[in-house]
Parts: sequence; C-alpha cells; structure tokens
Amino acid sequence: MSLIRRRFDALIIGAGGGGLRASLQLSRAEANVAVVSKVFPTRSHTVAAQGGVNAALANVLPDNWHWHMFDTVKGSDYLGDQDAIEYMCRVAPKLVYELEHYGVPFSRLDNGKIYQRAFGGQSQNFGEKQAARTCAAADRTGHAMLHALYQQNIRAKTHFFDEYFATDLIKNEEGAVLGAIVVSIQTGEAMLIEARTTLLATGGAGQIYRTNSNALINTGDGLGMVLRAGIPLQDMEFIQFHPTGIAGIGMLITEGCRGEGGYLVNGDGERFMERYAPNAKDLASRDVVSRSIYLEVKEGRGCGPNKDYVLLKLDHLGADTIMKRLPGIRQSCLTFLGIDPIETPIPVYPTAHYCMGGIPTNRKGEVVMPVKDTPEEPVPGLYAAGECACVSVHGGNRLGGNSLLDIIVFGRAAANEMIEHMKENRYRLPMNEASVEKAMDRLHRWDRKGEGETVDGLKEDLKKAMEDYCGVYRTQELLDKGVEEIGKIRDRLPNVYINDFSRTFNTARIEALELENLVEVAMCTVVSAAARQESRGAHSRVDFPKREDQQWMKHSLYFSEGDRMDYKPVRTKPLTVDSFPPKERVY
Amino acid sequence: MMSTTDWTFNIYRFNPETDQKPTIKSYELQGVDSEMMLLDALLAIKKQDPTLGFRKSCREGVCGSDGMNVDGVNRLSCVTRLSELNNPVEIRPLPGLPVIRDLIIDMEQFYKQYRAVKPYLIGAEPEPEVERLQTPAQRDLLDGLYECILCGCCSTACPSFWWNPDKFLGPAALLQASRFIEDSRDEATHVRLDQLDDAYKLFRCHTIMSCVQVCPKQLNPTRAIGRIKERMVQNKL
Repeated sequence: MSLIRRRFDALIIGAGGGGLRASLQLSRAEANVAVVSKVFPTRSHTVAAQGGVNAALANVLPDNWHWHMFDTVKGSDYLGDQDAIEYMCRVAPKLVYELEHYGVPFSRLDNGKIYQRAFGGQSQNFGEKQAARTCAAADRTGHAMLHALYQQNIRAKTHFFDEYFATDLIKNEEGAVLGAIVVSIQTGEAMLIEARTTLLATGGAGQIYRTNSNALINTGDGLGMVLRAGIPLQDMEFIQFHPTGIAGIGMLITEGCRGEGGYLVNGDGERFMERYAPNAKDLASRDVVSRSIYLEVKEGRGCGPNKDYVLLKLDHLGADTIMKRLPGIRQSCLTFLGIDPIETPIPVYPTAHYCMGGIPTNRKGEVVMPVKDTPEEPVPGLYAAGECACVSVHGGNRLGGNSLLDIIVFGRAAANEMIEHMKENRYRLPMNEASVEKAMDRLHRWDRKGEGETVDGLKEDLKKAMEDYCGVYRTQELLDKGVEEIGKIRDRLPNVYINDFSRTFNTARIEALELENLVEVAMCTVVSAAARQESRGAHSRVDFPKREDQQWMKHSLYFSEGDRMDYKPVRTKPLTVDSFPPKERVY
Repeated sequence: MMSTTDWTFNIYRFNPETDQKPTIKSYELQGVDSEMMLLDALLAIKKQDPTLGFRKSCREGVCGSDGMNVDGVNRLSCVTRLSELNNPVEIRPLPGLPVIRDLIIDMEQFYKQYRAVKPYLIGAEPEPEVERLQTPAQRDLLDGLYECILCGCCSTACPSFWWNPDKFLGPAALLQASRFIEDSRDEATHVRLDQLDDAYKLFRCHTIMSCVQVCPKQLNPTRAIGRIKERMVQNKL
C-alpha cells in the first residue's frame, strides 16, 4: 500500500485548548501548520472543563501573581518546578485578557470586568485569607475557551485534519523527530506528515481508571507515542482524584460549587472538612479533600443506603446563584441523578480526574530527556503542552483552575519556541524510512486475523486493576501486586484480535490502537508509584505517610524499555524571585 | 426505582464497502436497568458486535459527538435514558446528511455553514491591554446562544435544511450568527446582518421549530433567528 506524504512546518497532534492555542500562534506567524485530531476539535476534552482559569487579575479581591505562584508551589507539594511556575503565574493575566479578546464570553462583574470566583488552594498574601482568582464563564469555561480558540483558528485559516488518529512519531538515528504517522479514521488510509517541528497536545489518560471524570477519548495516545519513541514519562504516579465526582458515575461536579459557597457533609450531617483543614475547610487542595472523603466513607460516616458517598450541599445558596453561576452543574444533576441541587444535596465521591505527570518538558515546551550526563537535553523537533506534558507546574497535585491556564500558557510558549527553532533550522532533515516502516508494521498488526481476547475484555481488566491497586491510598503490597497484574495484562496484548477489517470509519481498530496506549500508560503509572516510597501530593502511601524531601524531592522518569526508573532534580530556583523552600503543607 | 427489563434495539447499519443498501439489525440487551443512558446501552451492544459504528466522547452532553435519530427524534445518546424511549428502540443516523457508516454521518456541510457565518469575534483594534468591559446585562444577551455544542441535532431536524443544505444556513449556524451579532464586543454587526440578508441564508426558516424541540441543550434557534430579523429591520432604519 502506498503511503500518502504531506509536508508542513509544524504538526500539532491534538486539538484541545493546548493544541489550538499553539496552532493559533503558529498560524498568525504565517507558519504552515497542520492540526491532527482524532475528533472534531470542539469535541476535545477541554470542552468539559467547568470552573475556570486562574489569573491574578484582582477583579474581586486583592491579588498578585506572586501569591498565585506561592499557592501553586505549595499545592504541588514542592514538586513543581519554580521557574516554570513563576513564568505561568506572571503571564497568566495577559493571556486571560487575550482569551477575552478572542471572544470568550466570561461572566461579568457589575463594573464590567471579568468575574472571578474562589477555588481550592488559593490565598492572599502567601497563605492568609482566601483569594478569588478563577476567571469563569458560568460553569462552562472550558467550552467557552475551546470554542473561541477553534473559532479564532478558523479566522487564522489553520489547516485541520479532523478525525485523524496519530499512531507513532517518526525519528532519525540521532533522535530528532521528523513528524508522525497518522490514519484517516474516515478512510482508513495512513499518511506520513513530515514536519520540522511536532507538538504533542493529546491530553490525559483518565480512561486507565474505571471511575473517572474523563471523556472516552482520553486514552493517553501522546504518552504512548512518546514511550514507544524511547522517551521517558515524568511523575506519572501523581494522578489527581477530583473530590466531587457524581457518586457511582464519576462525572465531574466543579470545585466552583464549593467556590460559590457549597460545602460537604457526611452521614452524620457534619461539615467534616473543618476537622481536616481548619482554615481552608472545603477549599483545601484537591488531594486533601479527596483523602478526607475517602476516610469519612471508610470509617463508616458515609451517606446513603450503603454509606458509600458524601453529600455536596448547595441548597443554601439560593436558586439565583445556582442558575447564574452553576447552570451546567444543575443540568447534569437533573440529567444523571434526577435531583435539583437548588433543593437537594448532590451525592459525590472522588473520581480519577487528571495526570499531573506526563511528557517531560522545560518551560519553553521543548521535550527534554537525560542524555549522558545532561538531565534535560531537548529532543530536537519535539514539543509537548497541556495535560500530556509535565513542565512541571503541577508537581504532586494540581490546583483547580491551573489546568486551563497551563494549556494556554504552554501551548503558546511551545509555539513560540517552535517558531524560533524553525528560524534557526531552515532546512528539513532527511526522512528516516526505517522509522516509517517500523510504525507501519505496528499499525498493520491489527490486520491480523485470529481468535483470542477482545479489546473490551482486556480494557475492563486493566481499568479494574488500576482501581484496585493504584487508587487514592496506596501501599507497597498493593502497588507490587498492581505491577504484576498490569504486567500480565500487557503480556496478554499480543493475543488480542479485532474482527473488523474494513477501512471506513473502523472504530474497532481505533479502540485497539487506544488500548495499546492505555496499557503503556497504566504500566508506567503503577511502576512509578511502586518506586516512590513517600507521601506527596496526590501520591498517598499508607506505609510511608510522610513527605521525605531529603530523599524524594525529585522527579520520577519512567522508561518503558525494561520498566526502568530514573530521577532528576526539581528546579527550585525561580526566574527572578526567591525560591519557596519546602514547608509542612497545612490548609 | 430501578427496574430491569429486556430491551431490543433496531439499529441502522451500513458499511459502504460491503453493503449495497442499509439494513436494520436487531440487538438484545437482557435485564438492563431502564434508567441506563442510551450511550451505555450502545457501548454494551458494541461489546457484542464491535463492528457497530457511532461517535462518542464526553458521556455528559457537552462535546456533541453522539447525535442520532432515536424513535424518530434527534437526540444525544449520552443524555437519553432508556425509560424515555419505546421498546424496541429505533436508532438511525441523524437525517439529511450523507451517511459514512452506520450511525456516523458526514457533517462537512453542517460545518461549512457554521464557518460561513464567520463564527469568531471581530473586535475593535487595537486591543486594549486589559479586558474589554461588558456589563452583566450585555453579557446576559449571550446566554442561550454561546452554549451550542455543534451536535447537529437541530439542523438535521430542519425540513428547510434538508431541502437546501447548501443555501439555507440552518438553525445551528444562525444561532452562532446571532451569538456574535448580540455580542457588545463585536464590531462587525452591520456586515454580519448584510451578509444574512439573502432569500435563502436566513429567510428559508419557516418557523417550523423542530430545532427548538430537539436541542439537547434547551437552546432556542428559532428565537435567535427572530432576533436576527428584528436587528436587520433596525439596521435598515
């Protein structure tokens, strides 16, 4: 079969907020840019983000970027890189104003400025009173941002390959990335996109868990591509469990509910967060609130017939606030629970939500890996941004509202660096046909006919194992068992067959390719978690309950070859201000 | 109350590589909770028959991937409970656009009409260094317009769109047009209104209101179209 070949200056894989912010920057700089997305861009998971985007605009309460930086470093449990965090918090106001100029329909204050709400882990003056830093478009901020970014890309005439699935990166012998193999989902045809620069913006991998808040498309495709290219993934043990998923289903109920004044109660009707976080209470960091809910339920103080969830009370806020500020949440409750939160509290339980870890990058969006004695050597031509990347601005635990910020800040930064790279490297590197062939062989694997296991069967086992062995609380015993079980699942992969060999919109083949990525990401997560013998951020070890800065204030790096772990230091030195040294983390 | 029953699903199947014409295939799910969402039922059916094609993503009615015609009504499968439906359930692709395979339609014509209304804010230059101000009342005008998820349920339920999909913009695109016409920050209102002043683009709406009935986000494109017409009259005075 002949392979279609296309050439672009820049290839962007993924059309969520990160990919679209990058493509907009590149298109406006008149680069020839291709955006490849396995779904039509506005179907990307950014669309589901609810609460808002953080920036120290000080529209509601006093604020400045340095306080935002402190909160982010503390929220990260001191695993975040302080140079990248400073950069993000400093540039945040400018980029949120820019979103406003793009047309994002932010909610407004009486004086006409952007509405901001309180969110978890936010403070004024380095840990004092609650701040209000989250810029919101009701509770549909992600939808508003994604659509506005897509719309501005239409205006900028970005070239889109909608419903194309990227399978593998193409590299040369020296390790430079030359583009990727993508498959048209509609026709089944494979295409080689040659690009001088390639950006991965493929989002998270929440689908490795059974109960999660993620879209079905969040299968860690970029993470799998990177591992297969011999590049490590960083800090993958840090999985955020969002405290308020709809109990039993996992769908997200925004932290904005608590930002607007909602609070959690247990089966005794007690506001239990007052015990766990006396100051911040329900607006403590997500890792803290999730653990508290888990413990309340475990200790028999849950709600409902099986005492297996807690309640999120909004019924004291009044219909006006809920209709104005949380209309989407109300709609979800009516649809999925048949209850109206104006009158009835919402049953909630932690749900797998976000990967703090990902593809290691520096603050310019360049993918970096250890080469000989250099811990962070850029991979030529390869960039990453958004949830699939690990800059790391989130460290061990991400603050709510920092994800929508991350995607626009580092989507833009990566694009700027790509433009620079192309100025300095004017010539295209020769294609490496061996790498193309290898990628095509992997793709053709799913043309094999035979009898064996099904994609769905293996996927269910994988998700169950991750839930059982790598959840909110972890122990060595559980994690070791997890490594063993996920390893067995990985060994079963060659025995999985599909029975649909048609070319036209073959979703069975796409789901098989996604399964390969899910297995890689799950293995990486559980191996990284088993290795880290401390508790930090979202990684909570019952057997190692303390944070151990001496030994463990370092980033994990997992290489798929031999399931090998390596480590690199945290960047504790900011760009211009003093660093925030690790302190005990209380809310 | 949870009630479990056996459900039958009669689903439109078409694979252009093997089928001369579409067929209806029946699937059974035994002892299912009738409060289950249709998307979950389809995922269970896909386990029996992985060749069944449909789009899906967010599972919560915000991405707009899984529009389909269910018992004759355009719906999103992820926010439709089985208990709202007949048993057997009749499932077909959204009508009026070409079928690629099974429940997957080619939405290019729909997207083309969306792009035709210049669906992006055209603000005054130079941009200020902070946000443009907008009063809460001005911002309220966008409620009911900006929430569209481009699922296509409305336009593919519109007889005028079926008849002239290339000339009539359809309810979804016109709702977008209204979203920018109503935005106090947009500077291109007159141009937008002039462009819509054509026998087909806007005026093929005969207020049949199918769009309003089917919109899974409870939006009202007919009202938006009416508002555009009012603005057009004001614009001419």
